[in-house]
Amino acid sequence: MTTLALALGALLAVGCALYVALPFLREPAPADDRLGEPGPLERRALELAEERDRALAALKELEFDHRTGKISDDDYRELVGPLRRRVAEVLRSLELRAKSSEERVRAAG
Amino acid sequence: MPELGRAALILCLGLAVYALAAGAYAAATRRRRLARSAQNALLAAFGASAAAAAVLLAALLRNDFSFKYVAEHTSLELPTPYTISAFWSGQEGSLLLWLLILTGFGAAAVALGRRAGWDLLAWVVPVLGLVTTFFAFMLVVVSSPFDTQLAPADGAGLNPSLQNPYMMIHPPFLYLGYVGLTIPFAFAMGALLARRTDELWIVTTRRWTLFAWTALGIGQLLGAHWAYVEVGWGGYYAWDPVENAALMPWLAATAFLHSVMIQEKRGMLKVWNMLLVVLAFCLALFGTFLTRSGIVSSIHSFTQSPLGPWFLGFICLVTAGSLALVISRLPILRAKTRMESLVSREATFLYNNLLLVALCLTILWGVAFPILSEAVRGEQITVSAPYYNFFLRIFGLPLLLLMGIGPLVAWRRASLRSLGRSFAWPAGIAVAVGLVLLALGAGSSWVGLVAYTFSAFVLGSIGYEFVRGTRARRALAGDSWPAAFAELIARNRRRYGGYVVHAAIVLLAIGVVGSSAYDKVREQKLRPGQTMAIGDYRLTYRALVNRQGPNATEYRALVDVRRGGSSLGTISSGKNEYRAEQQQSNEVGIRSDHLTGEDLFVITDQINTDQSVVFKVLVKPLVNLIWLSGFIFLAGSLIALWPSAAEQRRLAARYRELRALARA
Repeated sequence: MTTLALALGALLAVGCALYVALPFLREPAPADDRLGEPGPLERRALELAEERDRALAALKELEFDHRTGKISDDDYRELVGPLRRRVAEVLRSLELRAKSSEERVRAAG
Repeated sequence: MPELGRAALILCLGLAVYALAAGAYAAATRRRRLARSAQNALLAAFGASAAAAAVLLAALLRNDFSFKYVAEHTSLELPTPYTISAFWSGQEGSLLLWLLILTGFGAAAVALGRRAGWDLLAWVVPVLGLVTTFFAFMLVVVSSPFDTQLAPADGAGLNPSLQNPYMMIHPPFLYLGYVGLTIPFAFAMGALLARRTDELWIVTTRRWTLFAWTALGIGQLLGAHWAYVEVGWGGYYAWDPVENAALMPWLAATAFLHSVMIQEKRGMLKVWNMLLVVLAFCLALFGTFLTRSGIVSSIHSFTQSPLGPWFLGFICLVTAGSLALVISRLPILRAKTRMESLVSREATFLYNNLLLVALCLTILWGVAFPILSEAVRGEQITVSAPYYNFFLRIFGLPLLLLMGIGPLVAWRRASLRSLGRSFAWPAGIAVAVGLVLLALGAGSSWVGLVAYTFSAFVLGSIGYEFVRGTRARRALAGDSWPAAFAELIARNRRRYGGYVVHAAIVLLAIGVVGSSAYDKVREQKLRPGQTMAIGDYRLTYRALVNRQGPNATEYRALVDVRRGGSSLGTISSGKNEYRAEQQQSNEVGIRSDHLTGEDLFVITDQINTDQSVVFKVLVKPLVNLIWLSGFIFLAGSLIALWPSAAEQRRLAARYRELRALARA
């Protein structure tokens, strides 16, 4: 029983070791071993995308709350303007970023 | 095969250490293959812990008493289901279950994160590696389930109170909850280590948190029902330190689930959310420490063990490390937006958070004070129910009210006119219910009256929300009422699933108040043929019988019950004497009225040689609403957990845009 247990234990250990080493066995000499991470530009773009989604969701929710009667007409008129302006601002910023990155790609060849 | 179990645990420890060290180095130096290798180590750790668990389970099922753990927690007579549940009945098995669930969740998080291409994963792996290392270390060095001995002829058996069907599922649910809180903690710490302030960690862990919270909630209700039917004192929650240990992380996670919505919708409370995640995880560790260290005397703390100092050290390390990390990242966590009004949805969420955290910390103080008192002054002090009940009223009643106010108030700000329109119906319902209850005599308990009035307000507000939403959806799409209702929920599962959960909490509150503020208790010694009365019930003690069960001698007093002249049948209540364990258990008799939710609860306090019996009888109004609330809670959680295709598409598009930008 002990021998069998040790053999099974050894088998498990070898299997785990191979699995852990797999990334190195598959790519012994990769051209690029760098782990990708978003740079400052991408992080800013992500923040803007989150801001856009947040503002759009808020606008949608405001419309629905107005329809259900939770928000009065006066409140709705007061709140909807700044939200729409915010969505437009964020969309403009994202568009500008997309354009400049396209230009960078074109310039790079 | 204890050697295989030991080898698997050592292997698991080695893999966890590798995931921690190699993962941290890879994330810091941005090495792709090493990061991938560390992730593989976490996946392999799950395989190793599963192998160890399989060895213990096999030993239990074979009654292999050469395993000390098997001999200490089972016997030849023990029925098979309880032999299986003995896996988590002792300290070593419980820790192994923790490790198994932890590595399983870790592996699932890694696999899902890889598929979605989350770059955050690089920093999450070492955090998960750290927690896994601790638990694997405990099992290898401090408290191994694979210690052996010369096999005795029979085992010591299982604590009789654990021989109950609820013990098959209550502890695993609690552990799913405790361990599940590790994932949001690991992603939150990973985001801080990577200096990420975006919402990726929240998006990734939203369902993990909800799942852990649901499991912890259901686990506590199952535990309450176990205490109700098995422990035999007539209650379901005794503010026992170990019960509180499960309640505290649940309260912290409840606060987090609410405040995280403010971060998602308004980009605020980033620091607060981080602190809540840390608090919930540390309290989950503290809960395991309380249950397993034997530091407090409790009916649930089944063991005295050497785990205490190790756990305490790890909790201190995690708390100090996490807080230091949050403080070091304060400059990048500051919100760019401010709360516009103190009368807004986000403000009500904030008030709810403050009350939840205050209640959680008050309970923590009640649990920790006796431990500190004994450690510092050598004085044994007990913090008992009146302390907790007082603070439950102080913080719980406003929390109940806020559950009704929140849905009626709009995000950003609300004017008095729209508030007046929104509040009119629910407030009217609440006042009417309060007056009717007062007329019916519910004023005997002011807490009960206030709680019921607030409950009516919350249910009115939830119902009103569903009606208004369905009406608006119907006006938009021209659907039928049922189609508009289904569409309403499908379009915002989190909001309406949340309302269903709120309805469950209200039912729970009604059940708790009814069964504690308006209950009746009577104790009486009866001889066969004698009768006692309580409320509308008349109970006649007919006879005492006994029979041999599979592993116990069962004594039962047969009691005929009548109400208003008609027979309601016979209740049997008594005691079991367990042969192998040499212990006795109370076996209560319960008659539930499913129409009114009331229970007639009969405890056989003492059986005398002359066949006379001392009965303790309780009438517990509305108590069954507590158990019903569990089903509604689960349904609401499932609605909120169910993935929304539209949301998935929106998030996928967001991160696809980002990746395209990174490639450019």
